[in-house]
Amino acid sequence: MSHFMNTVRVHFDAVAKHVLGQLTEGEAITLNLSAEDTLYVRINANRVRQNTDVQQIGLSLQLQSRGRTVKQSCTLSGSLDADCDQLSGVLQACRAEVAVLAVDPNQVPVVNHGNSDEEFPGALVAPLDLVPAILEAAQGCDLAGLYAGGVVIRANRNSAGQSHWFATESFFLDYSLYDGPKAAKGSYAGARWDVLAWAANLANTRDLLDKLKRPTVNVKPGKYRTYLAPRAFADVLGIMGWNALSAAAWKQGRSPFKKWVEREAHFSPLLSFSENFGLALTPRFNSQGEVSESLLPLMQAGELCTLLVSSRTAKEYGLTGNAAEEGEAPRSLDVACGTLSARDILQAIGTGLYLSNVHYLNWSDPVSARVTGMTRYACFWVENGEIVGPINDLRWDESLYEALGTKLLALTDWADIDPACDTYYTRALGGSRVPGALIEGWTFTL
Amino acid sequence: MPQHKYSLAQEALAHARRSSEWAGVRFSSETTASRCVRNDMPEKNETCSEAGAMCEVLVNGHFGYSATADTTPEGLQRAFDRAIATTKTTSAYKAHGFTPAQRPASIGHYQSSRNKPLGATSLLEITDCLRAASAAMKGSARLVNRSAQVMTVQTRLAYFSSNGAAVEQNFDMVNIDLSATAAEGLESQTRTWSNAAQMGGEAFDRSRWTTEAQRVAEEALELLTAENCPTGTMDLILMPDQMMLQIHESIGHPLELDRILGDERNYAGWSFVKAADFGTLRYGSPLMNVSFDPGVRHEFASYAFDDGGNPAKRELLIEGGQLRRGLGSLESQARSGLPGVANFRSASWNRAPIDRMANLNLEAGGSTLDELIAQVETGVLMTTNRSWSIDDYRNKFQFGCERGQLIRNGKLAGVVRNPNYRGVTVDFWNRLAGVGKDTTAYGTPYCGKGEPSQVIRVGHASPPCLFKGVQVFGGAA
Repeated sequence: MSHFMNTVRVHFDAVAKHVLGQLTEGEAITLNLSAEDTLYVRINANRVRQNTDVQQIGLSLQLQSRGRTVKQSCTLSGSLDADCDQLSGVLQACRAEVAVLAVDPNQVPVVNHGNSDEEFPGALVAPLDLVPAILEAAQGCDLAGLYAGGVVIRANRNSAGQSHWFATESFFLDYSLYDGPKAAKGSYAGARWDVLAWAANLANTRDLLDKLKRPTVNVKPGKYRTYLAPRAFADVLGIMGWNALSAAAWKQGRSPFKKWVEREAHFSPLLSFSENFGLALTPRFNSQGEVSESLLPLMQAGELCTLLVSSRTAKEYGLTGNAAEEGEAPRSLDVACGTLSARDILQAIGTGLYLSNVHYLNWSDPVSARVTGMTRYACFWVENGEIVGPINDLRWDESLYEALGTKLLALTDWADIDPACDTYYTRALGGSRVPGALIEGWTFTL
Repeated sequence: MPQHKYSLAQEALAHARRSSEWAGVRFSSETTASRCVRNDMPEKNETCSEAGAMCEVLVNGHFGYSATADTTPEGLQRAFDRAIATTKTTSAYKAHGFTPAQRPASIGHYQSSRNKPLGATSLLEITDCLRAASAAMKGSARLVNRSAQVMTVQTRLAYFSSNGAAVEQNFDMVNIDLSATAAEGLESQTRTWSNAAQMGGEAFDRSRWTTEAQRVAEEALELLTAENCPTGTMDLILMPDQMMLQIHESIGHPLELDRILGDERNYAGWSFVKAADFGTLRYGSPLMNVSFDPGVRHEFASYAFDDGGNPAKRELLIEGGQLRRGLGSLESQARSGLPGVANFRSASWNRAPIDRMANLNLEAGGSTLDELIAQVETGVLMTTNRSWSIDDYRNKFQFGCERGQLIRNGKLAGVVRNPNYRGVTVDFWNRLAGVGKDTTAYGTPYCGKGEPSQVIRVGHASPPCLFKGVQVFGGAA
């Protein structure tokens, strides 16, 4: 068991007890803790560019009083006396703001949503052995990427007696191999570093890079039958996290899926997806401490099951909440597989494009659910069911109503898990499980 | 200089120097208050206070880092010990051999420009502005979302090194966002106004907020019934609040030397710019002059020293369309042999510095906006960024704006919605045919980059600019 996990657990218990013990009548509190002990190693040209050890514990305190809501958060030092003093000050600052602010009509009352306690210890490589383990296996490669490994913790407690704890010890190595300007993407993640598994992962990515040695094909803008490999399709579906599945965005005129929600546009019956916390990529509890259903269907055979509805949105618009987080984006998206097998993909493309990755997506016309983005990494031109060669990067611009509607031809019969490797502010949890997709007439514009 | 921080640092640095060639420590504290009133109701009142120290060592010619929130003498020593232990291993695989020359022994102080300290502004004053702005956007049932948000940021940095650097920098910053969404049937349109700058309590100017709020609400309603932007190759005028994005994505990122050196290849991407292009590449038309200028009063990313202690000063990156200099810190300059700037910046106490933009500005020309419009026979004037996407080499881009105005025979000829354009960076900048004389500065706190990732504040000032023969298009019919 990690020393950091134990230390933070004991510390959280103590500071939470201290804060909750200071409440006066009519006050309610929700505490959220986010902590990590991570070694980040940045690699360029198979050499170490920067290494950073980060130990951080952040605690947020939401105070509800007299119908008002205030949240303040701070960095904890790990010293009990200093942190208790700091949190007493934070509580006083919240009380001072409550005295000034207007009533919050959409306040969600603090109640007890239950308790949970999950820990997933791992077996990571010691820092002294880690860098040789990565780089010596990749000798001769032009490898660029990031290793991030260590403990990540999320915890929640409130004044109604609710308590949640989620701690995991894991790593990811998100990397690319380069041959001049041509590149192939790889990712190795888990809870236990396995020398053989890393070697196999690297060999697969090397093989992909070798396929890029063929002469580049200059593909002109146009509409082509296109296969999106699981990671590319995960990125395309990932943009749904930008307002498309949010009930609040729909009610506030900001949803790119408004036409679908209001039955004016349709998706393919081939497409079904859920929030699936059974993938164990992220805790089931949200920052209110509400616990989601283990499996929450969002789209079934192209039809809406439910949008993601936070309790605050539910209260404002009279909807039924489903324990969504405040931003109402999927946290653990699981897309149902289809019937296209790996060996049939090139034949199914016939003549068209094979995209392993896409890049930098954005809504280009939200009302028509149109998205633009780029191809990236190992992308190929295919003719008569055979790879001809890699392509120059292409810009595409495509309505999801069309691409995931009548133009969606097939989904693969397997799906890949894509764990989140975001590291803004702290290591992210979550991810998705997504199959590949074959789409007719994908629109390339530049 | 805070004496207790100085003493604390000296003790920790002396400890670290026993096992390293050089050591530095950067204390950082930042308080960010985010407040929002939506449809006249309080939506958010959140304050985040972050504080910690980044301990940095040079071991065997390799810089390594350890971040800690425990800033007691013992806590700093433990962090330094961690940094030294890890860096002893990683230095055997270092990407480049550095020396303390990449960490100048600067001494100095910076206080951002403001007329009234942020701390002197009461929550009542702030809330009053937010409520007034939200109310000013009211006026039609079709205005389904009226949001007024503000973020106030107070940052305190203190940097010390074993070779004598002692730098204190304090920043007060405000980022205002007003947004009105109009919807009817299946159509909806949003207009926004943003103002991000180094300023203090003077930002809470109720009269300006309500004026801007009324304007964005009226323009959102106007867009709801406007025609779609036409499709075709035509002239394009970009207003400063879109020029900001154009400069950022197609000049700033490709000129970052750490990108050119390949550090970002696995995440944000590489660059079409090569080392040999400096001094030779015609990046744009002769009207194009671009400066790195961290000394502009009130602009969002002004500072006196970067996070490696390098004194910051204005430099021209592109002069008369010719590429001269990159956005690279002393580390990147040592690695590449190219000229750079003081831009080694970190987003917070727990991130190592990397090459970043700061204020990156397009220098003013000589035309009024009317004179630019008069040069256009057929075209569109676009305002305020809505959508952005560019490839990993920073070549092929597609950007969209909130509002367009047709131009016919040298005159504005009506509003259009969903205006977009696309192009390829160097070709696009060589189409620059007119530069306005009136500059406006904008900024954003959300420039993302790096592994581990960081979001940082950048500022961009520009006049309106005219581009000839651009691919323009609208939304779905």
